[in-house]
Amino acid sequence: MAKSLKVNGREVSIEAESDTPLLWVLREELGLTGAKFGCGKGLCGACTVHIDGVAVRSCLVPVSAVSGEVTTIEGLSPDNSHPVQQAWIEADAPQCGYCQPGQVMACAALLKAKANPTEEEISAAMTNLCRCGTYGRIRKAVQIAIKRNAKGGA
Amino acid sequence: MTQELEKNPREGLSRRAFVQSGAAVAAGLVLGFYLPGNKHRRAEAASASGASEERVNTWLRIATDGAITIYVARSEMGQGIFTAMPMVIAEELEADWSKMRVEPAPSGPEFNYSGRPFEVTGGSSSIRSNWEILQRIGATARLMLITAAARKWGVEPESCRAEQGAVFHAASKRKAGYGELAAAAAALPSDAIPKEPKLKARSEYKLIGKPTKRLDTPDKVAGKAVFGIDVSVPGMQYAAVRHAPVFGGECANFAALAKAMPEGTTLVKVPGGVAVVAASWWKAQKVASGLDAKWTKGATTGLSSAAIEKKLRAATGAKKLPVATSKGDPSKALRKAKVKLEAEYSTPYLAHTPMEPLNCTAHVKPEGIELWVGTQSHTLTKLVVSNHTKVPQEKIVVHTTYLGGGFGRRAESDMVLQAVEISKAVGKPVKLIWSREEDVQHDFYRPASLVKLKGGLDEKGLPVAFSATIACPSIFERWTLFGGLPKSGIDSAAVEGLADIKYDCPHQHVAYARADLGVPVGFWRSVGSSHNAFYLESFIDELAHAAKKDPYAFRRGLLEKSHPRFVKVLDTVARISNWKDPLPEGRHRGIAIAESFGSIVAEVAEVSVSAGGQPTVHKVYVAIDCGRYVNPDTIVAQMEGGVVYGLSAALNGEISLKDGRVEQSNFHDYPMLKPSEMPEIVVEIVDSGAAPGGVGEPGTPPIAPAVTNALFAATGKRIRSLPISKHSLAAQEDAKL
Repeated sequence: MAKSLKVNGREVSIEAESDTPLLWVLREELGLTGAKFGCGKGLCGACTVHIDGVAVRSCLVPVSAVSGEVTTIEGLSPDNSHPVQQAWIEADAPQCGYCQPGQVMACAALLKAKANPTEEEISAAMTNLCRCGTYGRIRKAVQIAIKRNAKGGA
Repeated sequence: MTQELEKNPREGLSRRAFVQSGAAVAAGLVLGFYLPGNKHRRAEAASASGASEERVNTWLRIATDGAITIYVARSEMGQGIFTAMPMVIAEELEADWSKMRVEPAPSGPEFNYSGRPFEVTGGSSSIRSNWEILQRIGATARLMLITAAARKWGVEPESCRAEQGAVFHAASKRKAGYGELAAAAAALPSDAIPKEPKLKARSEYKLIGKPTKRLDTPDKVAGKAVFGIDVSVPGMQYAAVRHAPVFGGECANFAALAKAMPEGTTLVKVPGGVAVVAASWWKAQKVASGLDAKWTKGATTGLSSAAIEKKLRAATGAKKLPVATSKGDPSKALRKAKVKLEAEYSTPYLAHTPMEPLNCTAHVKPEGIELWVGTQSHTLTKLVVSNHTKVPQEKIVVHTTYLGGGFGRRAESDMVLQAVEISKAVGKPVKLIWSREEDVQHDFYRPASLVKLKGGLDEKGLPVAFSATIACPSIFERWTLFGGLPKSGIDSAAVEGLADIKYDCPHQHVAYARADLGVPVGFWRSVGSSHNAFYLESFIDELAHAAKKDPYAFRRGLLEKSHPRFVKVLDTVARISNWKDPLPEGRHRGIAIAESFGSIVAEVAEVSVSAGGQPTVHKVYVAIDCGRYVNPDTIVAQMEGGVVYGLSAALNGEISLKDGRVEQSNFHDYPMLKPSEMPEIVVEIVDSGAAPGGVGEPGTPPIAPAVTNALFAATGKRIRSLPISKHSLAAQEDAKL
């Protein structure tokens, strides 16, 4: 199946079997390896990207079903300048780092939808798994991001 | 190779262009140090004449623009050594920290710090075994840069000083950056290279001991950090593996399957099963999971978890077991004891499930083998591949990437050998990726074990006898490269944390019953201490309860005489957890302490149990004495991570077998802690100034017993097997009993 997609602001044409999850098209066809494969079942969120600004687990989305604009960690900012990335750096959240692009994308989508989310909204949005146990720092990073976001960026 | 190196212990410094991969080095100072395989393992910087890259094993490069790169022969898997190791060098080098960069060293025994043919990032050893070597590298380079500046200015080196990446001459107010001096330093004659550079005293440290941001965070937050799974090689194919469901089984209908493969896919036999090769991983995986494969019987055919438990229990009853500890006469002391306790404890197999599924990219070419893999040991990878393929190590290149978690799983090379077989079969570079299901069902698991414990108290409530017989498969038996199972028959990994207890007790006996159950076992974060701390610290809690003593005070009393560092750690965790103060209604606490990998860690867990019996861990307090330390922020992070890793296992972790197959398959039935279950974790470092200990693993052992001891305080139920989820903690159960 040939298809055109809008990814990180660019129109791209891809060729893949229609049931191929978006994750694998991003990684293998487009070379955007920031979104990670973790479980293949939508359980861990390492593959989180945005479609029209909403966080989705791209290992579950067949590429044929994608109609909106896709944003990956590579498209969030070219230089880590996004307030969520800045917050993650300030909190020094990553350990192995494998799940962190997905964590950042989950938080970025949350803050896009809600500039000042409640604890419940944060818990509902930040469900990605981390085997290294960085949840405490992620929690801190989310709070920093909310503050930075309110100030309008870095 | 090792022997040859050991014969030439003073070969030294090389300025020749870097390195095996063929990459040329831009002009600048490149220092390579040969670290001889003797017990002192000092960095010797000697004459450049006759030195060769083969005899040089760690590298520091100062480019003419002032950028400083160190090439590290250890792997970054989250534990922070790509920050801590350069911190030690930068401290002695007086470098500008913002100019420090780290790259994984190219593969080869010449890069080993240990002087052995291979070196593994494991055993929480990167800092504690390399601290002095790194210091010497930094100090040597600093002195060479000072000498270069002094010669340039025509002054005495002693009248110059180095600071923040530059050399200063105060009297003439001159200054030169390291980048400007790098080429001159590289051209110094060999007699200008210091052999015994003076190292800083601890009081002079500016960087070591200060919380320092990780160097790898920006790339990891940008999604730019390259993990093994991200590697791309031109012309690469993708492969998915399907293992025999029963350990040791093989594909019985390979030929028939291979003939009927869909267009564009190839079937390859690999160790442990078969692999499908295709133009995309999704395609390969889809075909692999749909294969109508038939499998032969294997080592675990018919085996169930219930049978495993019975076998372990039976093993503890065998006569004449190897004895790991023997002190006094525990049988007699037990007969005379005022209070006697006996208990059986057990823990299940556990999978590692690093977040990045296992993968390896291999290219088997006529001239050699090239590998890209996130491995805990590129040197071991090379050795194993060489042994398997008979291709000499010199013709194998391993590119080490970031590891999306290791935890011991990536010390294994099973996925590497599979990738090699596949690439060989199709004649192309191939990236092999395991599905999560294959990972959960084909691990080298933390061994299941079962222990029979006996303890006796005298009339004062003090322990007089302790005996333990632990049945556990041997990890080292398979690791012949590490010497295998020793003649004593004791696998140190099975008895660590149990055979060397620190509590005062005059009569002790610890025996090891090796149980071979056919399930592959391996090193899992904190190894034997992951189960033995649960056994010992639960049983000590039972003894404290029997002695009617506070669990903290009971432990403290038994350590007071001979183990002041343990006492300090216990006191610290008691202080930060406000142990003496009552908790709010419904909250309960438990305490545990364990030494592993040279560090002592005590933890207090605060829990509650809902009316329905659901436990919640609210807070965990951690005190660690890891001796001298480099980056306190990394230590805090590793304690947080170690606690979470152990808590996932304690609460829910179990790999069970049915009909010889692992029953779990993904994160829904082999869950890790969720963000919503994350306790607040408070860490305090006890600064003992002792020899450096590890930090990657020691946070894990105490958490299971701290939590189960807290649950005992909450419910009166003593949890003697894990995971906790298998036990009912509901209050009404008590009424029934």
